[in-house]
Amino acid sequence: MALKTEEMTLNLGPQHPSTHGVLRLELKLDGEFIVDVIPHIGYLHRCFEKHAEAMTYPQIIPYTDRMDYLASMYNEFGYVVTVEKLLGLEVPERVEYIRVIMGELQRIASHLVALGTYGADIGAITPFLFCFRDREKILSLFEMTSGARLLYNYIWIGGVARDLPPDFLRLTKEFIVYFRPKIKELNDLLTFNKIFIERTANIGILPKDVAVNYGITGPMLRASGMKWDLRKDDTYSVYNKFDFDIPVGEGRMGTVGDCWDRYFVRILEMEQSLKIIEQAINQIPDGDVTSAIPKRVKPPVGQVYVRVENPRGELGYFIVSDGTLNPKRIKVRAPSFVNLAVISKLCNGHMIADVIAILGSIDIVLGEVDR
Amino acid sequence: MIFDFFTKLTGSEISASIISALLPLFLFVLPFALIAVLLERKVSAHIQDRLGPMRVGYHGILQTLADILKLIQKEDIIADSNDKPLFNIAPVLVFAGSYAVFAAIPFTSSYIGSNINLGLFYIIGISGIVVIGILMAGWASNNKYTLLGAMRSAAQLISYEIPTLMIVVTILMITGTLNLNELTEMQSGFFWNWMIFGGQATGIAKILLIPFMIVGFVVIYISTLAEVNRTPFDISEAESELVSGYHTEYSGMKFAIFFLAEYANMFAVSAIVVVLFFGGYLSPIGYLGNTLGLPWLIPVEQLLWFTFKGVAFVLVQMWLRWTLPRLRVDQLMAICWKYLIPIAFVNLLIVGLITLI
Repeated sequence: MALKTEEMTLNLGPQHPSTHGVLRLELKLDGEFIVDVIPHIGYLHRCFEKHAEAMTYPQIIPYTDRMDYLASMYNEFGYVVTVEKLLGLEVPERVEYIRVIMGELQRIASHLVALGTYGADIGAITPFLFCFRDREKILSLFEMTSGARLLYNYIWIGGVARDLPPDFLRLTKEFIVYFRPKIKELNDLLTFNKIFIERTANIGILPKDVAVNYGITGPMLRASGMKWDLRKDDTYSVYNKFDFDIPVGEGRMGTVGDCWDRYFVRILEMEQSLKIIEQAINQIPDGDVTSAIPKRVKPPVGQVYVRVENPRGELGYFIVSDGTLNPKRIKVRAPSFVNLAVISKLCNGHMIADVIAILGSIDIVLGEVDR
Repeated sequence: MIFDFFTKLTGSEISASIISALLPLFLFVLPFALIAVLLERKVSAHIQDRLGPMRVGYHGILQTLADILKLIQKEDIIADSNDKPLFNIAPVLVFAGSYAVFAAIPFTSSYIGSNINLGLFYIIGISGIVVIGILMAGWASNNKYTLLGAMRSAAQLISYEIPTLMIVVTILMITGTLNLNELTEMQSGFFWNWMIFGGQATGIAKILLIPFMIVGFVVIYISTLAEVNRTPFDISEAESELVSGYHTEYSGMKFAIFFLAEYANMFAVSAIVVVLFFGGYLSPIGYLGNTLGLPWLIPVEQLLWFTFKGVAFVLVQMWLRWTLPRLRVDQLMAICWKYLIPIAFVNLLIVGLITLI
């Protein structure tokens, strides 16, 4: 008589060290092998979109901070660009440069968290603390500019809250000089570590066509070999004035689109962001940063969709205006939410440890998934 | 040895065995664990550009004491669904397994808990109890994470005992004794008489032995690393996957006992490596006691040398833990079965041929 066997259901989360927040994954296991993964979301749902309908346009900015709390600057950036398009507002050149500098610094900070926690997911704790040490420098730059370390409310409709502090450009230059060798250090410690490569190469392979079909964007899409970056392909702000490359996954350690590629694309993107910041610091013009801020934000009747390249992918805002002070409807296309959808496809046939590796390489922020 | 001494002193074998069993616990294992926990935190902190504990005492040297005080006060949580007897026995078994090893470890030439002829064999055997304790803990907690952790741990410990044993047999072929005291004495003289440098062999045999001894050392060090569940082999605790593996459900002093067992084990396996390859308690450069004509000083120096060598390997374990990522379960097994065991086996054969010279 054959022994009766059954699959084991394991709840991973919502409270678990490496689900990056309150995600719950329902794993169907055959021993340690994954049969199925079902993500359950909604533990951090705060009704952002409904809430926004009851507020005026400038009041919504602090709430956008709280969606992707690791990339608050970029959420504000995207929202503000959308409302300005609805208003038909031109902003001073200096404001655009400040926004780009802030946005790219935020991209580095966000990628540092992604890379550091990814190392911790694989079991290396030290890279995590190294990344946080470097991110701290960016956060203090943000703090001296906006007064806050995580939720800034700095980029406003038509301008920014206040001009850059006098030392900011010098300190940012110093940060760039400081940070370049640190990328190499991280590469030596983690990226090209044999065990790390064994754990991430050929794991969770996402082919290009599947990625496109699932609507995946950001570093995850680029790691699959698709050269698609909204900063170049659907440019906004002053990104067309800078010279930078779009790194794509090449499958250096395994197959194109595996976890290692997703990790390495983020490292390369940090270098490109440094390049953009350097150019922006050199080109930034003088000017008044608050002159274009409107007293009352009352857009005409209409609707608009604007997308920006958030550190995690395409962040889109769809705003319907009925000509009053409050938006009629706001819908956010959150990159983490869309990217997370593919997880059950990536995990099939892998082991529990690989689920953690794959989840880490998707780099979700639950505040944005649930909104 | 020490047992005979206490038998004479107290006149009863039972009280003598109790005393000689408790002696290393209070004189060595507990103080070592206290220092090692602090050391681990400080080493990790400095590797990671942090300061580590700084508040309790000068540079946080009393931090571990404060932690122990906290753990003693904590509630001992036993969930309703736990299998209570097994749940309570498991930490004791794990600790007993790793602590019993110390009975046969020669700390100095004049102190060894029990100078049995099968010392090495006893150590390998008794440390197997740890597996039972871990399996018990994982099963009794009635939690899927602990169960997975325990299964991983059992598979890992059993697999990695094979290369360890093969290297032990290699040493056995050269020395011909399992008695750890004799084994150490066979390496006496200066450091080139240590097993890693071919032991007491002379001439061409010694030169031939050295590379194979180094290979043997590397193999046994990797497998002992796996036996104490340290990174890169800490899959049974794998924080990012299994929360903290088989001891997820434990709190208070029971958790502390697991912790203590881990650190006791770290030193125990380092001590085995030191005895097998690095001359145990022997000084590499001669004794101050001999020069000064103070014979009582020699055992003290030997204890210091032994602790020093052991702690050096413990430090390497810590260094590795805070540098390397973690392997996956199947990769861990692959390293053991595809690399370590064949290497250890070939090593065994070649060393066997060399000893015929």
